[in-house]
Amino acid sequence: MLDQQYDLKSSVSTLPPAVSSLEMESMDYSDSALPLQPGASGKPKLRVHGFNFYYGPVQSLFNIDMDIPEHQVTAFIGPSGCGKSTLLRCMNRLNDLIEGARHEGNILIDNMDIFNPMIDITDLRKRVGMVFQKSNPFPKSIHENVAYGPRLQGLKNRAVLDEIVERSLRGAGLWEEVKDRLHKSALGLSGGQQQRLCIARALAVKPEVLLMDEPCSALDPIATGIIEELLFSLKKELTVVIVTHNMQQAARVSDCTAFMYLGRLIEFGRTKQLFTNPSNKQTEDYITGRFG
Amino acid sequence: MKQWVRHFMASGELFIWGCGAGLSLSLLMIGGLLVLILMNGFGYFWPADLVELTLKDGKHVIGQLAGEEVSPKGIPRIRIKIGNRDLYGLDYRWIDTDQIVERATPADLVMVERREWGNFYGRLRTLTKEDQPVTEGAEAVWQSLPALIGQTKTSEGDSLYTVLVADANAREQSIGLSQVVRVLRPNDLSTWGKLWVYGGNVWMVLSTEPREANTEGGIFPAIFGTVMMVLIMSLVVTPFGVIGALYLREYARQGVIVRIVRIAVNNLAGVPSIVFGVFGLGFFVYGVGGTIDALWFSDRLPAPTFGTGGILWASLTLALLTVPVVIVATEEGLAAVPREYREGSIGLGATKWETIWKVVLPTALPAILTGLILAMARAAGEVAPLMLTGVVKLAPAMPIDWTWPFLHLDRKFMHLGFHIYDVGFQSPNVEAAKPMVYVTTLVLILVVVTLNLTGIVLRNRMRRKYAGSAV
Repeated sequence: MLDQQYDLKSSVSTLPPAVSSLEMESMDYSDSALPLQPGASGKPKLRVHGFNFYYGPVQSLFNIDMDIPEHQVTAFIGPSGCGKSTLLRCMNRLNDLIEGARHEGNILIDNMDIFNPMIDITDLRKRVGMVFQKSNPFPKSIHENVAYGPRLQGLKNRAVLDEIVERSLRGAGLWEEVKDRLHKSALGLSGGQQQRLCIARALAVKPEVLLMDEPCSALDPIATGIIEELLFSLKKELTVVIVTHNMQQAARVSDCTAFMYLGRLIEFGRTKQLFTNPSNKQTEDYITGRFG
Repeated sequence: MKQWVRHFMASGELFIWGCGAGLSLSLLMIGGLLVLILMNGFGYFWPADLVELTLKDGKHVIGQLAGEEVSPKGIPRIRIKIGNRDLYGLDYRWIDTDQIVERATPADLVMVERREWGNFYGRLRTLTKEDQPVTEGAEAVWQSLPALIGQTKTSEGDSLYTVLVADANAREQSIGLSQVVRVLRPNDLSTWGKLWVYGGNVWMVLSTEPREANTEGGIFPAIFGTVMMVLIMSLVVTPFGVIGALYLREYARQGVIVRIVRIAVNNLAGVPSIVFGVFGLGFFVYGVGGTIDALWFSDRLPAPTFGTGGILWASLTLALLTVPVVIVATEEGLAAVPREYREGSIGLGATKWETIWKVVLPTALPAILTGLILAMARAAGEVAPLMLTGVVKLAPAMPIDWTWPFLHLDRKFMHLGFHIYDVGFQSPNVEAAKPMVYVTTLVLILVVVTLNLTGIVLRNRMRRKYAGSAV
């Protein structure tokens, strides 16, 4: 049964091909096909409606409304403590783990409320993958790391698992570097490789949305560049939401950008527009470096 | 001057020197103790030369040198093991050196190792079969003895042969061959020959059962009992300790109650072990064991089956004694697993239990093993609770044998720690038992070291497998 879900052909075709810097075309991409308002650009994948979030008595998100478009990269920017990571972590309910956390309003994925008590939370987390700020490969082998998610779903067939591992690692642009040491400890990889391994691990469960919480903050410029290139290929297959401190990065990689400040969504729009012609004074001050 | 003192104090130099001195002192003391045990323990096996002393009064003494000192009166004297307990009553004798006229080591002196009365030192005389002399003369008897002794060992029942021996002063004594373990001429042995005997002695002690109220023979049942008890204890304490720690750390709502439980667990480690023994006797032996007897072994009552001390109850009592160690170590290990691992796993759709089982526990495994190693070391050396819950000075049968159901958890067992106490302080002939105490101590230390090394090797292998794991 489960093995059928992992039909080889489909897993091969749905995962992105390997990315190398040579293959990458110009970072400039055509923007004209996209309308100005992100919500109107095709189908919204995630919709956040009147969302408030509290850590105990402290409210950290205030009435957030946004539609995150499918197959695009959406960046959250803002100064530290503005709630962008909190919002991101709400999208696959990781904040459920925190004692005393509660929310109001809702988040919809494909028009399904993720806070609906009827939905299977582990199923939601399979659909909404997560890559963390600090790369966190498990203290297991590279193969076991990537196969972790599929194994959780009960997949045991070795050949299928191997196939998924290869596809996922190719998808994360890591295959060529690790194919000879799949069964060595993942902790022996460099920081950038570890982060790409975490991306591969998230890809292995075939998520529809990939949440990335400052994935490059601990990496050097070269490793950062590799991951940024990866995002371009990833968005063909899934929707990416990325939190970043680095405004240049947001400008480089994202299609849409949300600027948050003190738990409020200040401005949300096409990246080009937001960076060149922000409609809000605070946004302008932030992106021009007047505060933050 | 004042400036200099302040400078010196601030530099922490004093503290470092203090630490160094304390550490060196501790190491010296441990080292000294180990050397003492090693020397006395290993020396026991060496077949020392037999000396024949001629005293001023014309009497002769045969025996092995066992130390010398200056007596309180200021006269140097030597201590000699004279053996022949059946003739003299004592195994050791002090002789002032000024009484000795002559020392010699004649090659024809024999050491007869017997099943009773300890060693006999003297000369061979005659070999008789059913009171008829068969062989006469020391050399002829010496030649024919090994084959006959071998024969007696393989055949059942008492041997018909008797060997007549004489002590230093030509006092004769006959020994039935079935009483003889071995006859040696230590003075006639080369160094290699002695080494061979030495190895044989070591093996004998490790592999045979005790004789003569434990003061002679081997300590195999005690080694076996100790190891088996520690293993059963580990099998019980690991799951309980880990489950307890998992609940306290991962599932329980952190609050006042959990804090109280944690303090209680830590305090449990400080309860005197004899109290655990009393609890084990009351709860396991009389309570649980008595109930089992009443329910399933009522046909054998009033003779108890499980309602008396046994290796199972002793192991469970020790598991109770050591469970705080495992809980504390495991909790530390769990706390050291980075939050990122848990989030990563949960972010991939794992449930909390899957995360604990597949990521948290494997990462914390070295810490759990550390706890287990500490627990084993503690359990192997514990005696007091065992005395109440199942240890005996001489167990009639081993806890594992060839009769159904092979593993007899209800049986009483022997234990090295208790063996030390029993042989050293409860035996009728303390002086003769002293070397055995050292040997037993040495073996106990070796058993603990071996068990710990196994654990440490296992842990290091695990750590190396995933270098950089949390603990």
